[in-house]
Amino acid sequence: MDMPVIELTGVTKSFGPVDVLKGVGLSAYAGKVTALVGDNGAGKSTLIKGLAGVQPYDSGEIKFAGNVVNLHTPRDASLLGIEVVYQDLALCENLDIVQNMFLGREDMKHGTLYEGVMEREAAKTLQGLSVRTVKSVRQKVSSLSGGQRQTVAIARSVLRNAKLVILDEPTAALGVAQTEQVLHLVRRLADAGVAVIIISHNLVDIFKVADYISVLYLGQMVASLETTKTNNADVVGYITGSKTYIGDNS
Amino acid sequence: MTTPTTIGTGHEGSIREQVTDYFHRLRSGDMGALPALGGFIVLSTLFSFLNPYFLTKLNFANLFTQAATLMMLAMALVFVILIGEIDLSAGVTSGVAMAVFVLLVNKMGVNWIIGVLVALLVGIAIGGFIGYFVAKVRVPSFVVTLGLFLGLQGLELVLLGDGGLFRIETPQILSIMNDNMPPWAGWVMLVIALAVSYGMGLWDRNRRKAAGVANRPAALLYAKLGAIAVGGGVVVAILNQNRAVSIVAIQGVPIVVPIALAILWIGTFVLDRTRFGRNLYAVGGNPEAARRAGIKITMVRLFAFVTCSTLAVVSGIFDASRIGSVDASAGKSIVLSGVAAAVVGGVSLFGGRGRLSHAAIGAFVIAIIDNGLGLLGLPSGVNFLVTGGVLILAATVDAVSRKRTGGSLR
Ligand SMILES: Nc1ncnc2c1ncn2[C@@H]1O[C@H](COP(=O)(O)OP(=O)(O)O)[C@@H](O)[C@H]1O
Ligand SMILES: [Mg+2]
Repeated sequence: MDMPVIELTGVTKSFGPVDVLKGVGLSAYAGKVTALVGDNGAGKSTLIKGLAGVQPYDSGEIKFAGNVVNLHTPRDASLLGIEVVYQDLALCENLDIVQNMFLGREDMKHGTLYEGVMEREAAKTLQGLSVRTVKSVRQKVSSLSGGQRQTVAIARSVLRNAKLVILDEPTAALGVAQTEQVLHLVRRLADAGVAVIIISHNLVDIFKVADYISVLYLGQMVASLETTKTNNADVVGYITGSKTYIGDNS
Repeated sequence: MTTPTTIGTGHEGSIREQVTDYFHRLRSGDMGALPALGGFIVLSTLFSFLNPYFLTKLNFANLFTQAATLMMLAMALVFVILIGEIDLSAGVTSGVAMAVFVLLVNKMGVNWIIGVLVALLVGIAIGGFIGYFVAKVRVPSFVVTLGLFLGLQGLELVLLGDGGLFRIETPQILSIMNDNMPPWAGWVMLVIALAVSYGMGLWDRNRRKAAGVANRPAALLYAKLGAIAVGGGVVVAILNQNRAVSIVAIQGVPIVVPIALAILWIGTFVLDRTRFGRNLYAVGGNPEAARRAGIKITMVRLFAFVTCSTLAVVSGIFDASRIGSVDASAGKSIVLSGVAAAVVGGVSLFGGRGRLSHAAIGAFVIAIIDNGLGLLGLPSGVNFLVTGGVLILAATVDAVSRKRTGGSLR
């Protein structure tokens, strides 16, 4: 198999006396969707926050494209090309689509914002993802539906030439049609060569979109499976702890 | 259309489509300063019926100088209200800075320009102090600035002494509010305003063209220039007529007008076209999103308070010029009117929404209430009641329109 874009080994994180991550390993590959599943409180969001640099791990090794790296700030992560689409959408509702997509890294010319180029690139990116539901890139985010907001958040990571995109429950708040749209978008993202990690509670969605499934159980990675070689019942077993990887996987 | 885009940018289409779009935005709750403009027209009509003096040339000119101090303070406050904070000490900050100014200039004989610079530095220092506690330590701005509201009043008393009052002896400062430009200079000012608007319009259009995105019909730019020419022309023409009641002629645009316009223009440029401006709106809209996008939100907040306090000092200079003196209570009573002006003009107290021009229009509404009720000879209690009522009304409009546009109430 190819070298993973990201490879975590023995990652730990504690909050005071509570060990939330107890030596976790995780890999994600270019062009593949890796689903991260686990019950509430398993430590999924904590694992992701470490990758985003917003909440560094206590110990463990992070390899990016084969090289050991440090992720101490969001800037470290974004410089490497790691982008996170958060569960609680990190968009400014008072700003429009272009302003959100370029937030924190606006195109400048003569010391002023270069709106025209940003508009053009935003529209191009959305079109590249075959987004059709957005009328104008100058629409305020407050006027968009939940699915459209997810679309904008995902498009933002594409615009930034992300190598690894992490989506924390991107479909949790969406209806059926919008979920379908976002899953399509996730697939297109991977097909474009990006490594995708998606967190979801919806196993139907995961079996639709993921290539690999990694199961986190109480801070430990209990299973890393290929989607085509496993089934719903097994995954549920790992998530609830009624099934264990070693010995039960023959 | 220059690019084969199926996703638009809002700049495509004929004038008719642009106008339809505009009304669509209005209906969706994004009304900006329109309610304030409406209020301004209704109030002016009402007062001109109730008191014949209201529409006189002299009162017209008075309105500008009455509104100027409030307008500067409201514009200062926009910078902190935009990030969802408040500065209740902006008024007394200007008072302390002017106290320092009169002590330096009157007592120590310092050059008045140095005096102004030191006063502005006092503003920067106080803004930095507030910014440090709000942005770094995360004490709520309401508390920090309420504390300073009291503390700085004390400092004014210490500096000027109980009941201390210093006359402004600098003619240049006095002339800001009390002298007028020669009539020709008023017209030059209007021509410059038109030239700058036209130049900016062309610059924008050329840059959009270079980027390969659509431009709005050029006619809209000309319509805007026409509106400035007609509106500004009427104002300059009226102000250029002799409005004296005695034989000594008083005519011309008050000197404060071009100063206030220049600050309004520069501030708007910063908010609309620089990264700092964009970051202010982002922090006001969703600080966590701004932080995750890599914006240094601590610095943004700090600079917002520094800008606010510094511009507040300018309003203090205007105030001292108008009154002709500085005393130990300078700036104490104006700050809530400043907040009211900003909110009435359409600046959202929830943060993230509003423009400097909104605050300027709001200041005119508050000033006209002041002026009109004063002319009617009503007791000043009525004035407070009406202004307070208008503020609550405006804040309600803000909250309701925020719900309409889908924003969450925090
Ligand atoms: N900042 C924190 N301080 C203390 N405990 C935390 C913190 N963040 C997460 N936890 C705890 O860590 C555990 C895992 O949380 P989380 O990573 O959010 O799980 P998941 O996303 O899988 O539901 C939970 O028990 C949670 O209470
Ligand atoms: Mg979670």
